[in-house]
Amino acid sequence: MADTLTPVLTDNWDVERSWTLASYEERGGYAALDTAFAMAPDDVINAVKESGLRGRGGAGFPTGMKWGFIPQDNPKPKYLVVNADESEPGTCKDTPLMLASPHTLVEGVIISSYAIRANTAFIYVRGEILHVIRRLQRAVQEAYLAGHLGKNIHGSGFDLDLIVHAGAGAYICGEETALLEGLEGRRGQPRLRPPFPAVAGLYASPTVINNVESIASVPSIIANGAAWFAGMGTEKSNGYGIFSLSGHVTRPGQYEAPLGITLRELIDLAGGMREGHELKFWTPGGSSTPLLTPEHLDVPLDFESVGAAGSMLGTRALQLFDETTCVVRAVLRWTEFYKHESCGKCTPCREGTWWLTQTLAKLEKGEGSESDLDLLLDQCDNILGRSFCALGDGATSPISSSIQHFRDEYLAHLSHGGCPFDPAASTAFAPAGATA
Amino acid sequence: MTLDTKTWDELREIAARYPEARSGLLPMLHLVQSVEGRVTPEGIEACAEVLGISAAEVNGVATFYTMYKRKPVGDYHVGVCTNTLCAVMGGDLIFERLKDHLDVGNDETTPEEEGRRSITLEHIECNAACDYAPVMMVNWEFMDNQTPESAVQVVDDLRAGNEVHSTRGPRLCTWREAERVLAGFPDDRADEGPAAGEPSLVGLKIARERGWTAGGTYGSRASDEGESK
Repeated sequence: MADTLTPVLTDNWDVERSWTLASYEERGGYAALDTAFAMAPDDVINAVKESGLRGRGGAGFPTGMKWGFIPQDNPKPKYLVVNADESEPGTCKDTPLMLASPHTLVEGVIISSYAIRANTAFIYVRGEILHVIRRLQRAVQEAYLAGHLGKNIHGSGFDLDLIVHAGAGAYICGEETALLEGLEGRRGQPRLRPPFPAVAGLYASPTVINNVESIASVPSIIANGAAWFAGMGTEKSNGYGIFSLSGHVTRPGQYEAPLGITLRELIDLAGGMREGHELKFWTPGGSSTPLLTPEHLDVPLDFESVGAAGSMLGTRALQLFDETTCVVRAVLRWTEFYKHESCGKCTPCREGTWWLTQTLAKLEKGEGSESDLDLLLDQCDNILGRSFCALGDGATSPISSSIQHFRDEYLAHLSHGGCPFDPAASTAFAPAGATA
Repeated sequence: MTLDTKTWDELREIAARYPEARSGLLPMLHLVQSVEGRVTPEGIEACAEVLGISAAEVNGVATFYTMYKRKPVGDYHVGVCTNTLCAVMGGDLIFERLKDHLDVGNDETTPEEEGRRSITLEHIECNAACDYAPVMMVNWEFMDNQTPESAVQVVDDLRAGNEVHSTRGPRLCTWREAERVLAGFPDDRADEGPAAGEPSLVGLKIARERGWTAGGTYGSRASDEGESK
């Protein structure tokens, strides 16, 4: 039985100058590289398969299986691309990881590239996190100088170049094929699949795209063994993950734990909800995952259980809202976000997110009628599953789940002639005991 | 053409970093902004010429991404997160206060004044720092846990030319200097600022206090006890 919290990726964040090569190597960093180089690349893939590691960027696809899809008989170069475009509302785990310990990611990139036989790798990092980019640039530079990157790494005969690529502001580039478009210097619009990136990705060559946390988990799996990793978590959701608590909780922040921990346990560790208030609704994995309520406090936070509860584990971005928060206001703001970030490629999402915003904005002002709720759900029906990529699907999640759980609150806006909540009461700087 | 030789050389240098030159376009546009203060027609023509593509293709890319600006940006770009969580935690009130205090609307810049720095104010989407809400960004550096009062203090200090530090990063540079780093030309300030802020460390602190670990030799306290190299 694993401990309640299991710091691995976060374990060196409190170390003096943890972002430097010297600090990382002092704690055994880059030693997993030699373990990997002593293995055949296929054995590294098998180890990651056996560990049960599933993608930490939200979708939960088995990482080792993704690597196994790369056709090694394809004569084109293979590429590894790290998705560091962390932008899903509520998600804030990769950013502190890269700020505090960029070398964990770099070591993971080298081992993963070796496994899939890529000699060029990229970190596509969102442009809006400048100091993270500085730390990544420095880490890559240090790794080259130390012989962890470049030609014949550690005498293994393996060559790797790693390029840090800053994006320019587009949530959609977190979608892996849109990210590839951005990396190729184009508008970030998703590509039709198939072909999948494993067959024809970057420059139409076989490409693996993985989230930061997935790749950063690889050195620990190679160093400690697949069984060690698989020994944590639940039956089908193995290992540890970073859980990010934000909002109306006493101590928001990062909690690294085996998958399957519950929100009740996490809130307890975080000192409870802010004093004098209680949980009203929460997202398990960012704004694209349907809202849950206090009745879901004991749902194990793994892929299967959260799915069975009607939502998705997503990125473990636990945004917690107490009773001072208007759910209609919250959902309207998320919807405006999806409207702003829709890339415009497909009609259901491009047009639908505008329709959703108009209908919701009217309701929020207390205008319209109860039938507008049915209109909203109908609009969601015409977007969900009919959009080109998951952005459109995600846009419907907060709306349909909030109507399911908080229909009365929508109606209260109509009977009240507007929002019945005081927005000042929900702020972090509201006087203690403020009520909505 | 107003771009100098150095900029042309650096645009070519960026393109040469990649297996295919066009991959350099996003950082090249960041470089254009660092030199020109926005994406200018001259900058678009230069990118097109270096990459051997049309100006219309470059323009299509420049208009897709929100960090590229067609109007001149001030000395500092101040972004207030008003996505749901930050908005609820106070971001809306902070944004309202700054609009009022600076007398500008969204995506507008304070006028040029003798002896004062200018500020472009914008509301922004989630910037991956939700555990520090409400969050403000100055030139894409974190200003964590803001209040309306602290935000006003920050912009007043910036306008007066006082030294301001990111709460989780270095001394703030100008927007143009920041854009140069995004173009892939480091400013050698990676070592400034802390490794992590308090919220990033809360879980780790509890694990330390209670003796909780993940076991294994990599990435656990065991490595401090000499079990690995």
